Amino acid sequence: MIKQKHTINTNNWIDNYADYLYNYSISRVSNADLAKDLVQDTFFAGLKSAKNFQGKASERTWLVSILKRKIIDYYRKINSKKGQAEVRMSFYDDGENEGSWLEERVPQSWDNASEKKIENEELKNQLESCIQKLPEKYAIVFRMKTVQEFETEEICKELGITSSNLWVIIHRARTQLRKCMEDNWFNN
Amino acid sequence: MFKRLKLTCDEATTICDKNQYGEASIKELIKLNLHLIRCKICPIYTKHNITLTNFYKGYSQSCKKLKHRMSSEEKEILKIALKQNKE
Repeated sequence: MIKQKHTINTNNWIDNYADYLYNYSISRVSNADLAKDLVQDTFFAGLKSAKNFQGKASERTWLVSILKRKIIDYYRKINSKKGQAEVRMSFYDDGENEGSWLEERVPQSWDNASEKKIENEELKNQLESCIQKLPEKYAIVFRMKTVQEFETEEICKELGITSSNLWVIIHRARTQLRKCMEDNWFNN
Repeated sequence: MFKRLKLTCDEATTICDKNQYGEASIKELIKLNLHLIRCKICPIYTKHNITLTNFYKGYSQSCKKLKHRMSSEEKEILKIALKQNKE
């Protein structure tokens, strides 16, 4: 069977793929300006290496693979910048109480949970604002896992992290989100 | 033997978080449930966690429906930038 060989036409890139790449990018990084920058970088990188395009995959698949690379690079950059200064937010991290709840982080009862359950715009805004308050790398992983509902394996592959890494990040993100919702939604 | 089944609150809540995505193993769930019997705080966390999961499920549905698009002005700017980059 003869496989169709794909060709490249850089003139139509923006009209054909800008929205697709932007949508792909914003679902991972959630910051509109950053998502646009990543799309622009992808087109520039694609242009630069257009002569290496072998036509094995479609133009769009090829551009997405470049964008994926850009997202990993960005993730690594923020990971190395902020990774060192990480602190455990909710639990003692040494001494005889290691792994136990810090007193000020102990979950309080959510008395008004039932009346606050109504799904509305206000709730969505609060959920989003709590994600925005997370350290960036936690927000990216949490968003991919919980909002976009990607498989664990897929996220690990895309961001170049291990699954135990991922669960630690999800855990830290969720403990912070729980506290954020407690302070700003339930008990405010 | 019992030592191996013992968890700290940090470890227990990590498993609880994993379980929100249905990805905790049976061994982890046994350990978690044993911890929940003797801990007073983590059951509250678990309850809150389930509420959060439901909230974020609803949020996820509404986010997935959204289709983000770049404005035509942004596309024009991008076209010019790309053209300059070509030359």
